[in-house]
Amino acid sequence: MATATQSKLHVTDLHFRRRKIADRLAFIALSACAGITVFMLLIILSYIFYKGATQIDWNFLTALPKPAGEPGGGIRNALIGSVIIVALASLMAMPIGIGTAIFLNEFPSFWVGRAIRFLADVLTAVPSIVVGLAVYTLVVRPMGSFSGFSGSVAYAFIMIPIIIITAQEALRLVPSNLREASLALGVPRWRTILMIVLPVSSRALLTGLILAVARALGETAPMLFTSFGNAFGNVNISKPTATVPVVIYRYATGPYDDWHSQAWAAAFILVGVILLASIITRFVIRSKFDE
Amino acid sequence: MNKRDDQVNNEGTATEERSLPHRRVHLHSEHQQQGEQKPADMPISISIQGLNAYYGKFRAVKNITLDIKAKQVTSVIGPSGCGKSTMLRCLNRMHEETQNGRTDGKVLLDDEDIYDKRVDPVAVRRKIGMVFQKPNPFPTMSVFDNVVAGFKLNRFWVNKSELADRVELALKQASLWDEVKDKLNQSGMALSGGQQQRLCIARTLAVEPEVVLMDEPCSALDPVATLKIEDLIRQLTSKYTIVIVTHNMQQAARVSDWTTFLLMGDDRAGELIEYGETKQLFTNPKDERTEAYITGRFG
Repeated sequence: MATATQSKLHVTDLHFRRRKIADRLAFIALSACAGITVFMLLIILSYIFYKGATQIDWNFLTALPKPAGEPGGGIRNALIGSVIIVALASLMAMPIGIGTAIFLNEFPSFWVGRAIRFLADVLTAVPSIVVGLAVYTLVVRPMGSFSGFSGSVAYAFIMIPIIIITAQEALRLVPSNLREASLALGVPRWRTILMIVLPVSSRALLTGLILAVARALGETAPMLFTSFGNAFGNVNISKPTATVPVVIYRYATGPYDDWHSQAWAAAFILVGVILLASIITRFVIRSKFDE
Repeated sequence: MNKRDDQVNNEGTATEERSLPHRRVHLHSEHQQQGEQKPADMPISISIQGLNAYYGKFRAVKNITLDIKAKQVTSVIGPSGCGKSTMLRCLNRMHEETQNGRTDGKVLLDDEDIYDKRVDPVAVRRKIGMVFQKPNPFPTMSVFDNVVAGFKLNRFWVNKSELADRVELALKQASLWDEVKDKLNQSGMALSGGQQQRLCIARTLAVEPEVVLMDEPCSALDPVATLKIEDLIRQLTSKYTIVIVTHNMQQAARVSDWTTFLLMGDDRAGELIEYGETKQLFTNPKDERTEAYITGRFG
């Protein structure tokens, strides 16, 4: 029996103390998990920064590579190549991906929708080297040579399922009462989608696109047998074209110290661009009325 | 006048204390004061003939036949789930936008069946507009763009000054102009709930419909905003035919000329129980189920 002065809210029994300890332990364990994640990320980022940032100068960004063994040289060819190939891939993947998502979302038909969504999920899990192989067979062989264009097709394959999935989620979040409001005003369905549904979800759609671009930018395997590589500045998409991840791969596995440090520098730029892209989507491109 | 007010109050107050104290049930004034009977042969705007509405296999609205008078306010009352909103949504073919939603029967707008195969639902909705339960301005658009959204989205090219005129007219019709004329370029979402709802009404009026359907337009609003919308409805009736679904009987009594009472039948489908002049239906209902409902014995 508690004494008269003791509060009945002061529980001190064993259960209570055990519960408190369990609570503490769980909290510590979970924060440790989060901490390890952040720690690994920071280690990778800071190591890339440490190894890469120090190597970068204007020359590195604007010069073409020097022949093996000669010091200096840059990755202009790879930067331009990556930009062209990814831009072209986006042009291919965006309409197809968003179009598919609109189809799935605005014209729901149970079987077709489920099947396409399942295929998109499967496609995201297809190893990128398999995508490269497929594009090699379907595009590179018939065209007779490695090309930037085939690289774009491979990237588009990788981007489309990501865009479909993110876009479908984005469209699903558009409240149905907005669609109804528009339809009830006598606006045809296609204009409702174009003028109401897409603008409302534009930010999420864009985030999905950036996500897909970021994923594609770093893909190396499919580029090895599609765009291949090119030591000269090339802007012709029917010719082999250098890309940043392939340059990283070649330089990092090459025998020269100079190449190794250039690989780090290229890695830094790749990570930097992807990071920048995410930040830009978050801050610059906002809808007109966001506070 | 007093006597009639008392009558309604006696019947209404039993359970219906939700209304504002200063706005007890009283029928909207004009007809009441004059005490005149509305002619039964008023021009008809929408004629509903044997309308059934389904969700998949479930029939939600059963065999409704009803003539809605032109330039009058017709309210639709009834307990929750009796198919009021479904019926309303059948009148501008919005029901078919619901998954598995389908209808049969006829709905004639000026003697033309809106469910005819050759009729485009888009054309129907331009003639029969709709205001929803929750204010739903388009979030990516300014007040101005919201008002002309329907008008503009229906056309490929519009004249700028015509657009401005239309915005002003529609906002004035919706009694919103004075409150928003200085913030036409702000987001529609920045307005208060009641203003947003009037914005939605303005948006509907800008398309120049003949009929405006309102699906519980005040149920998400506070009492003051509700009164403003009700006053607005009374003003609009000089130009538009209005059909309003409400679960608030005082509101039906206040704003409508005609009242329709729906009730769920044994098969859970909504049926038309009674339709008549609001005054008559509230003071002297013909059907005992109507009387039971308006006196608050159920629902």
